[in-house]
Amino acid sequence: MERIDVHPTHTSNGYQLRCGQPFPFGATIVPGGVNFSIYSSHSTACTLVLFEKRAPQPFVEIPFPESFRIGNVYCMVVFDLDFENLEYGYRMEGPNNFQQGHWFDPSKVLLDPYAKVVSGRDVWGTQPNWDDIYQHRGRLSFDDFDWENDSPLDVPLEDMVIYEMHVRGFTKDPSSGVKENHRGTFAGILAKIPYLQELGINTVELMPVFEFDEFEHSRYHPETGEFLVNYWGYSTVNFFAPKAGYAATGKFGMQIDELKNLVKELHKVGISVILDVVFNHTAEGNERGPTISFRGLDNKTYYMLTPEGYYFNFSGTGNTLNCNNPIVRGMVLDCLRYWTAEFHIDGFRFDLASILGRDPWGYPLANPPLLETLAFDPILARSKLIAEAWDAGGLYQVGSFPSYGRWAEWNGKYRDSVRKFIKGDAGVIGEMAQRLQGSPDLYRGAGRPPSTSINFVTAHDGFTLADLVAYNGKHNYANGENGNDGANDNYSWNCGVEGATDNPDILKLRARQMRNAIAILLVSQGVPMLLMGDEMGKTQGGNNNTYCHDSPLNWLNWHLVEQNQDWFRFVKHCIAFRLAHPVLRNSEHFQNCDYLGVGFPDISWHGVKAWHADWSSDGRVLAFMLCGQHAKGGRVKDNQIYVAMNMHYESLWFELPAPPVGTAWHVFANTGAQPPEDIHAPGQEPPLESQSSLLIGDRSVVILIAK
Amino acid sequence: MDIQINQQEDITVVTLSGEVDANTAPKIHEVILPLAEPGAKILLDMTAVPYMSSAGLRLLLYLYRQTKGNSAQLVLVGLSEELLDTMAVTGFLDFFSICPTLAEGKNAFS
Repeated sequence: MERIDVHPTHTSNGYQLRCGQPFPFGATIVPGGVNFSIYSSHSTACTLVLFEKRAPQPFVEIPFPESFRIGNVYCMVVFDLDFENLEYGYRMEGPNNFQQGHWFDPSKVLLDPYAKVVSGRDVWGTQPNWDDIYQHRGRLSFDDFDWENDSPLDVPLEDMVIYEMHVRGFTKDPSSGVKENHRGTFAGILAKIPYLQELGINTVELMPVFEFDEFEHSRYHPETGEFLVNYWGYSTVNFFAPKAGYAATGKFGMQIDELKNLVKELHKVGISVILDVVFNHTAEGNERGPTISFRGLDNKTYYMLTPEGYYFNFSGTGNTLNCNNPIVRGMVLDCLRYWTAEFHIDGFRFDLASILGRDPWGYPLANPPLLETLAFDPILARSKLIAEAWDAGGLYQVGSFPSYGRWAEWNGKYRDSVRKFIKGDAGVIGEMAQRLQGSPDLYRGAGRPPSTSINFVTAHDGFTLADLVAYNGKHNYANGENGNDGANDNYSWNCGVEGATDNPDILKLRARQMRNAIAILLVSQGVPMLLMGDEMGKTQGGNNNTYCHDSPLNWLNWHLVEQNQDWFRFVKHCIAFRLAHPVLRNSEHFQNCDYLGVGFPDISWHGVKAWHADWSSDGRVLAFMLCGQHAKGGRVKDNQIYVAMNMHYESLWFELPAPPVGTAWHVFANTGAQPPEDIHAPGQEPPLESQSSLLIGDRSVVILIAK
Repeated sequence: MDIQINQQEDITVVTLSGEVDANTAPKIHEVILPLAEPGAKILLDMTAVPYMSSAGLRLLLYLYRQTKGNSAQLVLVGLSEELLDTMAVTGFLDFFSICPTLAEGKNAFS
């Protein structure tokens, strides 16, 4: 039987209408037409504005009849629209009073915060028509993708090895070998899945893929003349739409299908997908920024405002989204549910997540409702939730982020401890013992598991690994900010010469330091995260904040894989070793005792003398042994693993603890040895000559396995 | 948009000429969907289709579902490189049997 609601009840400007459904927000295809639903508390009237695709002027404007407003939601079905060529927006009327926080201006056409497709920046880097009255336009989406039995992978967090990557940077460079029109897109990643498999990572974390504007704050470098853009994309235009410019099919408006297909194909080979999401601010910036969407729809609801009507700026980028306002909270929840249910995304990393715990006046909340809601949401129940547990307003919550048993954290303290340790700083042995165990000092007391700690030595923010061992200071001249941008506390060491050198001793030392960092990262409890390109020795010439460069500075040079084969092999084997050994991926903290009565504690600490760690403040040596019988709390059996770290500038003899009876020590890695002896494929570790002692070179890490 | 249908033995050859977009897709839909009867063998010749929008791709997907549901067979012939590309990166291509020429297309039916 035909539904009665396919019949219109009203007409306006030649279009047939009926009162719509308030939920879901956004534009939804319904029998016979499209249901438009948009929220605004403080407006007095709303008009739907419809364009033909890319037309400079709308073909019709339809004011919402007063009876189509339910509460603070305008909702209307418009019949007989051309789904494919339709672009839509809204005009809002209401008070325009700066001090009261109201910015209504019916001359502006506003983007629907719930638009699922946004056009206007369809192909990356194509200059838009700046005279266009409506730059970022909402479009309709079809939720008919054929997932063929796919669902999010639901891998335990502690078993993940995360690869943080930038969609464009990964394959934009011609050296990627990817078909030209697929370079720098989701399709480019699709083509490189075999590479990700070879490297062995099982999770990709995509830097922002929500629609953003690469031309936001675009400018020419005052001296070099280089065109600088918003390359990283930490500035959201719309939270529901994938960035069109990241899709090879963006010009056909098929970015949804292209990204879904990428997720599906990654899932097929066991690779999870985590999205880096930015809910702390939007692309509208401060008082001088453009009016795109939220500012004109309900400024006072969406942003944190000072009593004078200015924007609070806890993000460091102009404005702060009012995340603990119930309306905004609802939008964030709707957004994450959409990406989880519709795109099968496995988890989210929240940029400057501490902002999500601030109240509408900026004060940190003891029990932030948004964080709690996300932690207990039924649709997000299996999603990974990872906080960047600090913000630009000075709130630093590593170890104290409200977790509700769910939230993991980027562990900035792990990064700092490991960096200081490998460059030979004194006084970090105690810290290192904590970091290697998954930072129980930060998490155990609150009942949070080791996988709360997302361990990393490098990330997009800061030096690459190759630069960490080649530069003492940042070199950010190319960013055009007089070198004032980017972090100053890098804990880096150039090994004797600042920047590039052909001194073979220095190059050897740098290679060893890189091996040390990766070896330590991959044997630490918690969840390792690698930065895209570190596995091939990517350099950014000492620039530790490359947010604005759409150039080879950020594009991965794939020739490096060939040039640095030994290094690539080292990283690959370290990842495989971790995945082969569950004792490196425990789900509970060590107890530092033999709770199973098997003859060895779950973890034991050593120094140059077996069973005697040197905890003194000037110590630079630490070794530990993991008991395979205690792997995953004794639920699985694994080998005994011994890791010795000599960060002293001299070689030292290490007395080895005896391996379990019937086994002998075999060498998996020795960063002090030259390739190919620096590492062996897991399962093919050669036996150690002397089972009682070992000379470990200066600034070197040795990993042994008993079998 | 021009649609030609001719029966060649047990194969129904549908030849499309012109662009497939939101304007033309409904017409094609109307003409070719009834062809997807149980056991039918449909060969869709798209050698003369220079452009296809997402509406066109969705039409193909619809046709695929219809033929699959009716145990019918569908072979696509003469897709442009750009179209093949778009179908490949959006995952549509996996669903279809694709042949470069009409002759090969006819042999592709099992």
